[in-house]
Amino acid sequence: MSSMDQNVFDGGQALVKALENEGIEYLFGLSGGAALPIFDALVSTDNKMKFVLVRHEQGGSHMADGYARATGKPAVVLVTSGPGATNTLTGIMTAQMDSVPMLVVTGQQVTGMLGKDAFQEADIYGITMPIVKHSYLVKDTDSIPRIVREAYHIATTGRPGPVLIDVPKDVSQAPMRGSLRQEMDIPGYDVPEEGDRDTIIKVAEALSAAQRPVILAGHGALIAKASDSVRRLAERLQAPVTTTLLGKGAFPETHPLALGMLGMHGTAYANKAILECDLIMSIGSRFDDRIVGQPDKFCSNATVIHVDIDPGERGKMIEPDYFIQGDARLVVEELIKHVTRLDTEAWLSRLDRYKVKFPLKYRKQGGLKMQHVIDEVYRLTEGKAIVSTDVGQHQMWAAQFYKTDYPENWLSSGGAGSMGYGFPAAIGAQFGRPDDPVVAIVGDGGFQMTLCELATACIHKLPLKVIVLNNHYLGMVRQWQELFYDERESGVDLEGNPDFAKLAESYGAKGFNIRRPGDVRRVLTAALEYNDGPCVINAEVEKADNVFPMVPAGNPYEDMIIEAPTVKLAKPAGST
Amino acid sequence: MSTENGSIHTLSALVANKPGVLARIAQVFARRGFNIESLVVSPAADGAYSRMTIGTTGTQGGLGQIIAQVNKLVDVLHCYDHTFDNAVVRELALVKVAVGADERTEALQIAQHFGCRTEDLTEDSMIVMATGATEKIDALVSMLRKFSVVEMVRTGKVVMIRGEGST
Repeated sequence: MSSMDQNVFDGGQALVKALENEGIEYLFGLSGGAALPIFDALVSTDNKMKFVLVRHEQGGSHMADGYARATGKPAVVLVTSGPGATNTLTGIMTAQMDSVPMLVVTGQQVTGMLGKDAFQEADIYGITMPIVKHSYLVKDTDSIPRIVREAYHIATTGRPGPVLIDVPKDVSQAPMRGSLRQEMDIPGYDVPEEGDRDTIIKVAEALSAAQRPVILAGHGALIAKASDSVRRLAERLQAPVTTTLLGKGAFPETHPLALGMLGMHGTAYANKAILECDLIMSIGSRFDDRIVGQPDKFCSNATVIHVDIDPGERGKMIEPDYFIQGDARLVVEELIKHVTRLDTEAWLSRLDRYKVKFPLKYRKQGGLKMQHVIDEVYRLTEGKAIVSTDVGQHQMWAAQFYKTDYPENWLSSGGAGSMGYGFPAAIGAQFGRPDDPVVAIVGDGGFQMTLCELATACIHKLPLKVIVLNNHYLGMVRQWQELFYDERESGVDLEGNPDFAKLAESYGAKGFNIRRPGDVRRVLTAALEYNDGPCVINAEVEKADNVFPMVPAGNPYEDMIIEAPTVKLAKPAGST
Repeated sequence: MSTENGSIHTLSALVANKPGVLARIAQVFARRGFNIESLVVSPAADGAYSRMTIGTTGTQGGLGQIIAQVNKLVDVLHCYDHTFDNAVVRELALVKVAVGADERTEALQIAQHFGCRTEDLTEDSMIVMATGATEKIDALVSMLRKFSVVEMVRTGKVVMIRGEGST
């Protein structure tokens, strides 16, 4: 043991060294009183980690999220107590809902003041309990290295998620005795990775009997780095593959067997495959309500196979015929050994006819369409950009029109649906993968929630592109009001938007404008060639376009609306 | 105890003896709208762990989800539903009955019949302590209600699997 390991650190320094020992590369955060010892330790200890000062803690938490989704590695969110901590809540919840590893370190009032409504005291340990994978309130300085090690392990293994470490100031400034390398003590935490072999063999038999199989690949397949395995399984079986919103990249969307995204705004052909399949095999998806519509009618006549590392997902939404708990890659690799090619020629040609009959489409004439801009970004970046989205209509169209062929290239807040996610997530991704092109596709509503991070992006000269699809509306809500609430608009008009291009310039970023369809290619080409820092492309799009196909929330797939309806629709009864 | 949303289930959890564990478990129940009817927390044989016995009402399907989610908690070693297992299930009750001299003998006879001890006796009241299966305590309480039951406290069930099985 070197002298570095013993008796020379205070709690903050031990924390910083322990984080570095785990391989942490980036911390995103904002300082404050209760976190002073930790911030001091960032500069008083010898470490190679990089701290990025953000402008709002929500942005910092989404940056750590984007970094993790784009690299597969967690980053740290480092903030102070009270409001500093509560500002990270949306980011923590987003990470929890989408199984993204993240360490959140919060400063805290001194131990003796806890529970006394002291200045900037918030019970963040209690507040975050329902939205973290696990959390710690550190009482003992000497336990910091153990806690950091456990937190990292818990955040990154099994079904990943955010882990919070709340550190009172007296704990972070007290001397730390003992080793920086401590054993974990979490006997209640264990993650079986290999799937049950007998069940895998039964699943192989069920597959061999299938005539119209569909593979559903979700985020779990990406987390397990199973995309190659999924592709080999699909090719061996000759089974079509649909992906969830978060599963984009788990199977190449330009592959002949790909059906694209399914669900509420999925492709018509993916959704028809769900309606007509006789077997569905989910690999790392949790049958989210955006996918199943009406649970008791979802694939009710098909054999349902569910592969998930989280046993809590078994039968939560859909009762499977076979459930395999395990790591998606290991399970699929084992399964490949037991399956052979199926006779799916008729099935695949039927789906191909649906692809021809019900393609994703839009008009390039008339007003500027969001789809047109996204489609052109896809072409100009040759489908190779890391795409981050915000939440709403643009998100669905981006999912439809920006085909994702590679893992870790698609960042989107799915479960939480957090507006404000897209831009800071893109910043995190660009830090993690500095040599790859990063495009944030955002709406005018969501962008305004976290656009203060333009400062962060400019300071670090990140060459990312922010494409603001500006319809001056909270478009998805307006769409629902048009379709289901007799066109009564309420709380959706974003009157008062700034001039986004000028705003970007005021931060030192490059601003562009797209005003008509004829501008799209020229402006995007210029923006993509600008790499001296971030640029913001404001695209003035049609105000009142609607996303289709659409399966109204909580309805069965039979109710899918493929094109704009001409009759009044009933209000969806289930879900939201 | 209420049985309106399905039968009462008896769960047992072995958990790390750390602050916050109870709050995490309680949140899992509350979020799914399940009521905790009874709860006993005590040290386990190994002092690093605690035993929780939870009585709850709910449908089998909904409860299965809750047990899976409780088992997911990092500080929970395991959580089982022992409702239909071969187990010793007992609870303890204290019942304060307002009885004067004229009713005392009958009250004492009832208590004696159920094998209870009288833990306190005054001119106007007595406290009866009962231990045993829930049904027995329910029967005792129903008999004592012919007098005036002024206070009652029950520990809720504790459970332990018989023989070689583990709780």
